[in-house]
Amino acid sequence: MIRINCPVCGLRNETEFTYGADATVSRPAMDENEMKPWLDYVFNRTNPRGWHKEYWHHVQGCRQWLVLERNTLTHEIGACELAREVTE
Amino acid sequence: MTRYSALSVFRHALSGNRTWGRAWRDPDPKPYYDVVIVGGGGHGLATAYYLAKEHGITNVAIVEKGWLGGGNTGRNTTIVRSNYMMPGNTMFYERSMQLWENLSQDLNYNVMISQRGQYNLCHSPGQMDAARRRGNIMRANGIDAELFDRAEVQRRLPYLDYSEKARFPIHGAIYQSRAGTARHDAVAWGFARGADRHGVDILQRREVTGYLFDGGKIVGVQTNRGDIRAGKVALCVAGHSGHLTQMAGLRLPIETHCLQAFVTEPYKPLVDTVISFGAAHFYVSQSDKGGLVLGGDLDMYNSYAQRGGLPVVEHTLASAKALMPCVSRLKLLRHWAGVMDMSMDGSPFITRTPVEGLYLNGGWNYGGFKATPASGWCFAWTIAKDEPHEDNAEFTLDRFERGYQIDEKGVGPQTNAH
Ligand SMILES: Cc1cc2nc3c(=O)[nH]c(=O)nc-3n(C[C@H](O)[C@H](O)[C@H](O)COP(=O)(O)OP(=O)(O)OC[C@H]3O[C@@H](n4cnc5c(N)ncnc54)[C@H](O)[C@@H]3O)c2cc1C
Ligand SMILES: [Zn+2]
Repeated sequence: MIRINCPVCGLRNETEFTYGADATVSRPAMDENEMKPWLDYVFNRTNPRGWHKEYWHHVQGCRQWLVLERNTLTHEIGACELAREVTE
Repeated sequence: MTRYSALSVFRHALSGNRTWGRAWRDPDPKPYYDVVIVGGGGHGLATAYYLAKEHGITNVAIVEKGWLGGGNTGRNTTIVRSNYMMPGNTMFYERSMQLWENLSQDLNYNVMISQRGQYNLCHSPGQMDAARRRGNIMRANGIDAELFDRAEVQRRLPYLDYSEKARFPIHGAIYQSRAGTARHDAVAWGFARGADRHGVDILQRREVTGYLFDGGKIVGVQTNRGDIRAGKVALCVAGHSGHLTQMAGLRLPIETHCLQAFVTEPYKPLVDTVISFGAAHFYVSQSDKGGLVLGGDLDMYNSYAQRGGLPVVEHTLASAKALMPCVSRLKLLRHWAGVMDMSMDGSPFITRTPVEGLYLNGGWNYGGFKATPASGWCFAWTIAKDEPHEDNAEFTLDRFERGYQIDEKGVGPQTNAH
């Protein structure tokens, strides 16, 4: 069981959360006309073996979207922040 | 190398089975191969076998970081079927089914293919409509499919929950009678022996850590035990696809997720077929040793860990009990996980890549075991001829930029949803 340190609720079980997605991809500007940035945004992922920044939704708790650092090889948990407070 | 036959079994039995030769060699690597295949799972081994057998390319090595078949090939729940309905998938998986049907004879190795049939249960009128559509597409392509109503499913599978209290009422099922299971280890061993017999070198305990480049072209691999030069490098590394393409500067529409499987204590014969629950991600079959083999959902977060979390254990067992109340007192004997190459549309890649000299076989999601023979067959074709066969023509990386995703479930670009 992964336990996630929600900045609002404290350490809570993984089962209260829903996994969102890779938090390192960001949407291109809406007037971006090249295909490649959109392709990378929608489909392509770095998929690292190691530390990964990812969105989780504390859906059974404070309902905040979070950005969590988690190691995909060891399942070790790192920093966790409110998504709306994360600046690029 | 001896051909296996009833006579050879008898002859070796007379000498106390002490005279069997080894099934494949453990050679030292040559400095150069025409093709180096990375990954000694079913797909890599089958690719080597068909490169040699179909295309006469025998100066080939398979480089495996652990032991052969130690990845998903040795970790899966062995279901084989060809009930796909999207163009691009349908005939590819049917080619695989046809290869399975003659694989033991072709390899002279018993892969224990057992066409015991597979039921996909439907739990709503909507699911019945979807099953009917799928069945019609299969039949239009010459693939067997039958649709059963609730009464017929109850007659055939009397031990499921048909009571008033059933959490997900069973409305019927779509059935493929040629579907079934095969012995996963035997598939790896049979292809390994077949490839070795054609002169392919199988190099185990050797991890690929990078590539040799000449200009922009890949001309070999670096391993933890020395470099090997190659005309072409072909990746068959399943969950590690992203890791190995990243070393070549390529990002893929793939994320790596962990999938668990479970075996119960041995039980008297109960499930003589394969049953997939339609209400949750759950399926069950029974092994020859009597254990019920159970499969469930992904752990949902990206993972390379090859071990799963407990929430999925609970979810899978709850599904088992919702479907088959009679198993509630069986104990689990073992459970384990593999790392899945989940693609953005749920369909695979058998293709050249934008990096010259590098070929990719991956994106197999939950379902690559059934694909093993056709995957090897089509990948060998693609490597040998530098163009796809018509059965893998859609399994390219550029299908996303062309807008031709093969999304069997219709859920969109989210890897853990397929
Ligand atoms: C729990 C579970 C249940 C499943 N159930 C089914 C099922 O019922 N039916 C079905 O059709 N499919 C199923 N699958 C999927 C199926 O197992 C896989 O899609 C298929 O076996 C993939 O085969 P492969 O040869 O591509 O990969 P693998 O067998 O994983 O082989 C890849 C190999 O590459 C090696 N490798 C990785 N990195 C390196 C490196 N750097 N250098 C050298 N070697 C490397 C690995 O050690 C591994 O041996 C299941 C999978 C799992 C995990
Ligand atoms: Zn919270």
